[in-house]
Amino acid sequence: MTPAFHRHLPRLVSFNGQERQIVRHDPARRDFLRLVGVAVPASMVLCACGGRDTGAHGQANAFFAPEEMDFIRAATGRLIPKDALGPGADEAGVPEFLDLQLAGPYGRAERWYMKGPWPRGSNSQGYQLRYTPAQIYRQAIAGIDKHCQAHYRQPFAKLKADQQDEVLHALEDGNVKLGDLHSKTFLDLLWQNTQEGFLADPAYGGNRDFAGWKLIGFPGPRYNYVREIGQYGKPYQQPFVSLIGRAPTAAMAHAAGAA
Amino acid sequence: MARRMPPVDVVLVGFGWTASIIAQELTDAGVQVLALERGAWRDTVPDFATDHIQDELRYAVRKQIFESPERETLTFRNDASQTALPMRHLGSFLPAAGVGGAGVHWNGQCWRFLPQDFVIRTHTEQRYGKGFIPEGMNLQDWGVTYEELEPHYDRFEYLCGVSGQAGNVGGQLVAGGNPFEGARQRGYPLPPLERSASTVLFDKAAREVGFKPFPCPAANASRPYRNPLGVQMGQCTYCGYCEWFGCGNYSKASPQTTILPVLLQKDNFHFKTHCAVTRVNTDHTGKRATGVTYVDVEGNEIEQPAQMVVLCAFAQHNVHLLLVSKIGQPYDPVSNTGVVGRNYAYQITSSAEVFQKERLNPFMGAGALGQAIDEFNGDNFDHGPQGFIGGGYVALWNTGGRPILQHYLPENAPKWGAGWKKAMHENYLTACSVVTHGSVMSYRSSYLDLDPTWRDVYGNPLLRLTFDFQPNELKMSGFLTDKAAQIGRAIPGATVHEKKRQGPYSIVPYQTTHNTGGAVMGNDPKTSVVNRYLQSWDVPNLWVMGACAFPQNAGYNPTGTVGALTFWSAAAMKRYLKNPGPLVTA
Repeated sequence: MTPAFHRHLPRLVSFNGQERQIVRHDPARRDFLRLVGVAVPASMVLCACGGRDTGAHGQANAFFAPEEMDFIRAATGRLIPKDALGPGADEAGVPEFLDLQLAGPYGRAERWYMKGPWPRGSNSQGYQLRYTPAQIYRQAIAGIDKHCQAHYRQPFAKLKADQQDEVLHALEDGNVKLGDLHSKTFLDLLWQNTQEGFLADPAYGGNRDFAGWKLIGFPGPRYNYVREIGQYGKPYQQPFVSLIGRAPTAAMAHAAGAA
Repeated sequence: MARRMPPVDVVLVGFGWTASIIAQELTDAGVQVLALERGAWRDTVPDFATDHIQDELRYAVRKQIFESPERETLTFRNDASQTALPMRHLGSFLPAAGVGGAGVHWNGQCWRFLPQDFVIRTHTEQRYGKGFIPEGMNLQDWGVTYEELEPHYDRFEYLCGVSGQAGNVGGQLVAGGNPFEGARQRGYPLPPLERSASTVLFDKAAREVGFKPFPCPAANASRPYRNPLGVQMGQCTYCGYCEWFGCGNYSKASPQTTILPVLLQKDNFHFKTHCAVTRVNTDHTGKRATGVTYVDVEGNEIEQPAQMVVLCAFAQHNVHLLLVSKIGQPYDPVSNTGVVGRNYAYQITSSAEVFQKERLNPFMGAGALGQAIDEFNGDNFDHGPQGFIGGGYVALWNTGGRPILQHYLPENAPKWGAGWKKAMHENYLTACSVVTHGSVMSYRSSYLDLDPTWRDVYGNPLLRLTFDFQPNELKMSGFLTDKAAQIGRAIPGATVHEKKRQGPYSIVPYQTTHNTGGAVMGNDPKTSVVNRYLQSWDVPNLWVMGACAFPQNAGYNPTGTVGALTFWSAAAMKRYLKNPGPLVTA
């Protein structure tokens, strides 16, 4: 297998402010950060000293405030629920994945063309909002909780499962007012990002213990199928593997635990 | 005031497939060549190593191996009555930035176009009559024939180590190959790739229906291969990470795996990365290029004088550079005059998704591992009763089974929730997709020009794309999709979800990076930017490579033809260097 396969992620020593700067030269740790692609905010460093924002899994939030994280856990947990087939999005670490993604370059729309003016276009002209993904989540979650307070006198996270599904369907149908943000735009984004977290390499914090890949039967990024490709109909027997090894979740917990 | 560099013989804009070929050929001819690349240096090690390149989120989903629209993008509209708006993130097509260009992240599907494709106007008029060509379709011959390009197709295929089964060698049909292909001088350099479970299913079903399936030509090496330049490639391991990834195994042909190890050792070749060319400069007559201006990594504007300039960027980027440099007459769709930006075309794709019970292990695959039929490509069938021009292949590609973007769910599967989960569980290992890959003709209403509102990071106006699928293409694609569904239904126990392409064309979902036209080749300077050798009619020491030269698009992936045209043009450049001037008199 690949060199990374045999590596153990070392304990994180320290971060230097907002930068993706590694104090101790450590190739494996650098790989982890490069994969995660996140500029670690100062709040995470504070958390290392017992600071704020400890989520249900004992980990710091890089982007979401606690009440936002409550929404994310509940909503992704309905989009991919835990059932007899295995863990759902929440158990698979999708909320933690989203938190890291939105704190990073994706959340900031770093590669997008974000120059105005901003006229509305046709559907075939694609995304024309001035908001970054991070801004969309922030605005939408606040709006949805307001909607839930008005209709159910509770925030989304406190609703019953069938009420939560009702709200998610209303979002999908464009029936929840979120200021100038169409509610379907947010639901589509949340659903896309939830699938990403469930099915991306566990190195990004989701797909915990290969929950997504075990559900479908994808063995992970393997290098060589020369022997197996002609064995039509046979199950592939090798163990699940991530870019950071066969026990990526333990490695992730180890790394994130320091933060 | 721009800083001025010492002059070079030849400056290349971009450093992907076409630049690598031109550089290799012209340095052999003894001239000094400099390539200017806007992106970064990239190579198999460390950039595509298998300990990190097999990362669907980073490369395919977050698109970190492609160009970044933040710096330069285009604006888009379906028709001239709309206001074009910026493509704010990538979607429908995925050009590259960086050494190797899109040659790094392509699948390796390496086809030849059909002999009739190059003379499509003449051929169509002869077989069906002038009246068969719809109003507004700018159908035109290429100015070069298949027979002229054949040796150059052959060179590109042997450079790349293409794996495949010839169907027509020297006019003799060969069993198992594509019986419709043009005559080739010899077989492919390597035998076909191994077949995967899903391509075997397709092959059986297509035969049952009465078609003649064949292995698709693959620039993924089925065996270890040493190319004519002496560069060694490794045997493909079917890891399933070709398109949208670099190859970590030296198996997929790219500039890095076929040319650069030789080119980079030459004293008369140099390249610079993070240098974005913003202008082709001309002298006071406007008839001679004096070099280019570029912006380096620190934002300095630098002038690079050269005796000869070759545009080797991606199709629409070459057109953009011509427009901002005011070289050639811009196209005017109202009067159908002018040439730069004229005849933009694309391709039209669709699929028939197949749900059946046999385990397919879709994750074992390669970018160009597929079986196809060619009965409905080009003019391989009688178009008379159909009433449209063009065609395409129907294929089953087993490129990989990357979980986020490469899974198929039945039509009635819930979009999310427990039902989605169950559908994923039940279908990921067994579903497959029969696809169609169809031609798009050129129209008066499909063109490129400069946007009046939005600008790139260098202050240039963005390119503006005006394009929609026309009735001819939607009809053709619907016809092809029915054929795909027919094959799908011949797979035992199959349920088929036929997904016809609907208009209008949308910039949002990925379809194909086969953008063509805008600086087309031809024999008439009134309808082409470059002559049949890809030399500018207006500025004879300026040459324009790539798919922007296609007068309209055919029903195959374009890279094989781009490679052949580049070798064809390089041979002409060598003649030009001995006696500079226009190679064709207008």
